[in-house]
Amino acid sequence: MIKPATSGSPEKSVQMVSTSMRKENNVLRFLLPVIVVLSLLLIWFSISYLNLFPAYALPSPGSVLKSFRQELLAARLINDVIASLWRVAVGFVLSAVLGIPAGLWLGQHFYARQAFVPLLNFFRFLSPLAWIPFAILWFHIGDKPAVFLIFMATFFPLVLATMSAVATIPSIYFRVAHDYNYKGTELLTKVTFPAVLPQVITALRVSYGIAWVVIVAAEMVGCQDGLGYGIWEARNGLRLDAAVCYMIVIGLMGMGIDRLLAQLTKLPNVRWGYER
Amino acid sequence: MKDKHTAGRLVLEKVSHSYGDISVLNDLTLVVNPGEIVVLVGPSGCGKTTILNLLSGHIEPVYGIIQREGIIRTVYQHDSLFPWLTVSENISIGLRLIEDEARRRKELNELVALVHLGDFRNHYPHQLSGGMRQRVELARVLAGESDILLMDEPFSSLDYQARLRMRRELIRLLEKRPRTVVFVTHDIEEAAQLADRVLVLSNRPATICRELHISALQPRDLTDSEVIEAMKEIFKELGLQAHDNIDTV
Repeated sequence: MIKPATSGSPEKSVQMVSTSMRKENNVLRFLLPVIVVLSLLLIWFSISYLNLFPAYALPSPGSVLKSFRQELLAARLINDVIASLWRVAVGFVLSAVLGIPAGLWLGQHFYARQAFVPLLNFFRFLSPLAWIPFAILWFHIGDKPAVFLIFMATFFPLVLATMSAVATIPSIYFRVAHDYNYKGTELLTKVTFPAVLPQVITALRVSYGIAWVVIVAAEMVGCQDGLGYGIWEARNGLRLDAAVCYMIVIGLMGMGIDRLLAQLTKLPNVRWGYER
Repeated sequence: MKDKHTAGRLVLEKVSHSYGDISVLNDLTLVVNPGEIVVLVGPSGCGKTTILNLLSGHIEPVYGIIQREGIIRTVYQHDSLFPWLTVSENISIGLRLIEDEARRRKELNELVALVHLGDFRNHYPHQLSGGMRQRVELARVLAGESDILLMDEPFSSLDYQARLRMRRELIRLLEKRPRTVVFVTHDIEEAAQLADRVLVLSNRPATICRELHISALQPRDLTDSEVIEAMKEIFKELGLQAHDNIDTV
């Protein structure tokens, strides 16, 4: 039975209800994923405890935890994290610095678009891993092949996404820009670029995801350290507990950096692109 | 009485225009005098927006001559504010040719106050109501040294009450900052309430089929006899009277 409110105005009680609903939502938002993760851990623990799979095929949570401690104490994990972060950062920044201006330019020039889009699409559909033989041949072992592979994986999608974003700018903005005499570089920096910025931020997040996936494969074959190399080493030593430990770090770091990039969407001058 | 000292003057002389095989304007001659508010009404698709595009120089006519005396600004049908800029920054676009920083700031403050958006100067367009956004647009086109305003159904996306308020607002702003105005609308009531002169356009290819001078003082009420009379005349000219035979429409 619904009881009538005994005190306060109706507006106040509506406000109280919506505040309590918001609190409830926040609790659920935090609790639900925690429940899912804990359930998964419990299933993993049960499988190991019941020996449903041999330990060499599926390491137990305990052995992974132990491996974590070992890797941390030996400072290998930290070194590998720094090496991978550096390679992703260099490859990704290079790709953004060259790809975004290229996309802006292509978006504004019809004939350039006609000329380059088939080639860009060709390279976009080419798996970055196909470049591994060339990367090693051209850049040998070290940071360079990994940076090259990340660049090849992220540059083309970023150019195409920026170019498409320019093509969807409402023509009214360019008419206003013409009315107020925006031309050349000023038109590019004060109208075109801010008009596509929300979509460019989304493209950066997607490209970063690709970069983080590619770094593992790149380091498996072209490097002597890094998270991918760590997994490769663990596999060579039949240490799947260490491999799982590296996998957990890769996943968590990927999520963490994506959260950082997501902060860009909260900038006041791009909020319009996300609020519909 | 409105002070109508402004430099803006527009002349279309025997202008014809077509898009491919479709003739849109046919031998149209029109003079818009400084400080005048000319409202164009006509059937949908008759070429009203084409006339504005020709006046603004956005398109060139196939035949005829266009003379433009003064700086032209346009208020568009749809949101044309830059969504990545705040209210102040959007209005400042209209002031960007003023080099003196202090003068620019003073002018900006005046304009923000003029459109009653002092509390919203740091808000972004998506945080404002439709009426507020149109007020920002008006402030932007009135900023700086503009002489002529071209307005393409600027209030059509607003609800009825907001439209009424915006008409009053436009007249108030033009009292403070007189401009020559060419206003396109499909709203006959709006035309009669705002115009010094209403031009009723024919079906495509558009020609001026009726010219109405309305001399009632601004701001006008919808119930003013001259406004009602003008509305009747426009309805009649467009064949929209309530007692018309539907087959003849």
